[in-house]
Amino acid sequence: MSVILVLIGASLIVATGFLLAFIWSVKNDQYEDRFTPSVRMLFDEDESRKDL
Amino acid sequence: MTKIILFNDKYHRDTILVIISLPNMSLVKDKISSFCYHCGENCNDNSVKLDDKSFCCEGCKAVFQILDGHNLCEYYSIDGEAGLKVKEVPFEKRFDYLDDKDIISKIVEFNNKNLSSVTFSIPEIHCSSCIWLLERINKVNPGVINSRVDFLQKRVSILFDNEITTLKEVVKSLVSVGYEPNINLDTEFKKKSSGKNFRDLYARIGVAGFCLGNIMLLSFPEYLAIGDTYDQGLKNVFNYLNILLGIPVITYCSSPYFISAWKGLKNKFINIDVPISLGLLALFLRSIYEIVLHSNAGFMDSLAGLVFFLLIGKLFQSKTYESINFERDYKSYFPISVTCNKKGAETCIPVSKLNVGDRIIIRNNEIIPVDAILFSGEGYIDYSFVTGESIPEQKVLGEIIYAGGKHLGSAIELEVLRTVSQSYLTQLWNDKAFVKTRKSGIESLTNFVSKYFTIAILLIAFASAFYWLPTDVDKALTAFTTVLIIACPCALALTTPFALGNSLRILGKNKFYLRDSFVIETMSKIDSIVLDKTGTITNTKDLRIEFIGSELSDEDNALVKSLVRNSTHPLSRRIHESLNGSYVFRSTEFEEIAGEGISGQVEGRIVKLGNIRYVLGDIECPFQKFSTDFRKNLVSTNVFLSIDGEVKGFYSFSSKYRDGLEPLLNELSTKYNISLISGDKNHERTMLKKFFEDDQLHFDQMPSDKLRYVRSKQKKGEKVMMIGDGLNDAGALKQSDIGVSVTEDVASFSPACDIIMDAQEFSKLGSFMNFARSTMLIIKVSFVISFFYNVIGLYLASQGTFSPLIAAILMPFNSISIVLFVVGMTNLSAKRRKLI
Repeated sequence: MSVILVLIGASLIVATGFLLAFIWSVKNDQYEDRFTPSVRMLFDEDESRKDL
Repeated sequence: MTKIILFNDKYHRDTILVIISLPNMSLVKDKISSFCYHCGENCNDNSVKLDDKSFCCEGCKAVFQILDGHNLCEYYSIDGEAGLKVKEVPFEKRFDYLDDKDIISKIVEFNNKNLSSVTFSIPEIHCSSCIWLLERINKVNPGVINSRVDFLQKRVSILFDNEITTLKEVVKSLVSVGYEPNINLDTEFKKKSSGKNFRDLYARIGVAGFCLGNIMLLSFPEYLAIGDTYDQGLKNVFNYLNILLGIPVITYCSSPYFISAWKGLKNKFINIDVPISLGLLALFLRSIYEIVLHSNAGFMDSLAGLVFFLLIGKLFQSKTYESINFERDYKSYFPISVTCNKKGAETCIPVSKLNVGDRIIIRNNEIIPVDAILFSGEGYIDYSFVTGESIPEQKVLGEIIYAGGKHLGSAIELEVLRTVSQSYLTQLWNDKAFVKTRKSGIESLTNFVSKYFTIAILLIAFASAFYWLPTDVDKALTAFTTVLIIACPCALALTTPFALGNSLRILGKNKFYLRDSFVIETMSKIDSIVLDKTGTITNTKDLRIEFIGSELSDEDNALVKSLVRNSTHPLSRRIHESLNGSYVFRSTEFEEIAGEGISGQVEGRIVKLGNIRYVLGDIECPFQKFSTDFRKNLVSTNVFLSIDGEVKGFYSFSSKYRDGLEPLLNELSTKYNISLISGDKNHERTMLKKFFEDDQLHFDQMPSDKLRYVRSKQKKGEKVMMIGDGLNDAGALKQSDIGVSVTEDVASFSPACDIIMDAQEFSKLGSFMNFARSTMLIIKVSFVISFFYNVIGLYLASQGTFSPLIAAILMPFNSISIVLFVVGMTNLSAKRRKLI
């Protein structure tokens, strides 16, 4: 049965990883504007950006 | 090639994205040559040519040249609706005030060595091309390091290098591509308020959801009632892990509730967060006690679940009134700078730096920021923002023009009479009498309930604790915490945000925007309604034009049209519009006398249009009496017409009462005391007598009289709703329990008030009031239901069956069922009133 402890530990670590990713995305203002990025990604690449 | 089309539905704030793939790029901007290549409008005959492209004006051509010069012509192919007509070629020195250090520090958000960041609001943002272009503005101005567009907020944030460019240059490059940022004194306010409101809440909800999910997973053995069969050691590990997961919930996620409760208590005030905090603390401590001392399962799942639902309720509440900013005052509408004429040289200076005696120049459509004397030119001042009256007032040389009017027509020069802070409007606004003491009389229902509720709960909890204390300390502790947990008024706390939030959303869909949810509560208590006249019950934007007198032949109409097309006077233009379809002749000897009228020769005939004195002189004529009679019935402005000295009659401009006014007033008068207060003369008294009691009609009222009238009603104990529109109602709107501002354009300026209402929906006012009342009734019913749940809980507790499992079922069930009830009922009540 003790294998369940390992599994729980592993699952918590993975879940915490996702939680941290979520918190990072919130702090990174990704929820501030949920519309414009959907348009922005559809623009064709232009010359100046390719260089970057 | 991909074509992206955005439909921005400005009323519902939904945006639909449609993507169409096109095989050939040349199809996209296949505009016929007689249409402007930039804005797509018909060029008529005065087009400007460049290569094979034609433009409707120099402005459009200039924008195209800049885009072309920077390889930005893809702009036109992304969205067919890309270009907007350039209003006018901007005045060269218009942005000089942006060199002023004080102004820069007010607009720029932060300065870091040589980097500055600034956010502009650009109302022109309307399509995907706008995003594309504005995010490539660094091609036009290399000093820009980065620019980001927020499409829904119509804002662009720009980071630029101070050493390469300046704020003024950045603004100029935006203007040069056709996107003029909206800069006014309000920009400062926005800077402060554009907080990261939701970031914090999202993070809390994320953490609470994470903890809830994992705690429930670890509590699964308990739920399946296999708690006794599995290893005690494993059970302990699960329980301690639950404590670990419960710690962020109680410390981080629920901290807003503790803080609010503490603040309330410090001010000797019990708010709804006090019993919630007590319940949450009791849940947490009881769980630790059970797990550590008795190795039993705790209540961590209930705790995390409650906090999760509460936070979602909070998010829902804050989301509903995110969109409309109510903190508007005259500053958001006044310009930041004004053109100043100093010894013949024109410069732009900040309005706040104007001194008495300065000469300022006001161009077409600019707002006059200070009280001033007309020095040269003809002033047509539109005071619709101030008084609601949309027919512009004509001002002659030497007359005082008060701040707040919008000038229409060719540029005028004014001499500053009073500085901004001393001007009439500013004074009016800052008058102590106008500062609203915010509704201290009305205590919100939830807080009222929670005060007695908390006291009752504490009494029960202590009573049960003392009952058991002499015999069994353990049982006393259990009883005490159980009462606190069961009585945690989470359903109560969720009812209000969801019921009010949903109602706010429904009202918002009907273009009836409330400052905050407490306004609904106040609305349901209103017993007296005071209405302003001009612009409120009359529709000033839609002027009715009528010709009264002898019938005009087609030729007469053509003569009039040929004359009025020479004049920029708003009334002339209105006549011009109304003679749609008439042909025109050439007119000669055109003469316009400010404040009087116009005259000229058309086809050899002398045509005169103007006021009674100008056209008639001293001649008596039958229309004169008729005209005065006519005035008695309607607010009207009359323009007389004579051809070859023969008086034909007059054009009458009148504002109409709003559609559906009569049924609305009849409906309201059965439930409320309605009265009318107007700054106008009383020539409409007879018309309005139908709707109002005679002693409830008040004419010739100054702004301060309106304020006093509302106050005197309140002294009599009435709860007053004031409905007005212009700034001259601002004082009364502030003084009243609820100030409703009626506006033709919700996005435009309106005085500080509690509700902003779209003028088109005016006839629905009665339904809105009823809806507010039924919402409050729904809340009260749901309070009763949640008390009922508490009684069940207490009964279970007294039977000794209040286990963690029961708690985990009962508490979320309470919350969810209450939320479903209030949302369902408010929707139903809105449907019955045809609001959705």
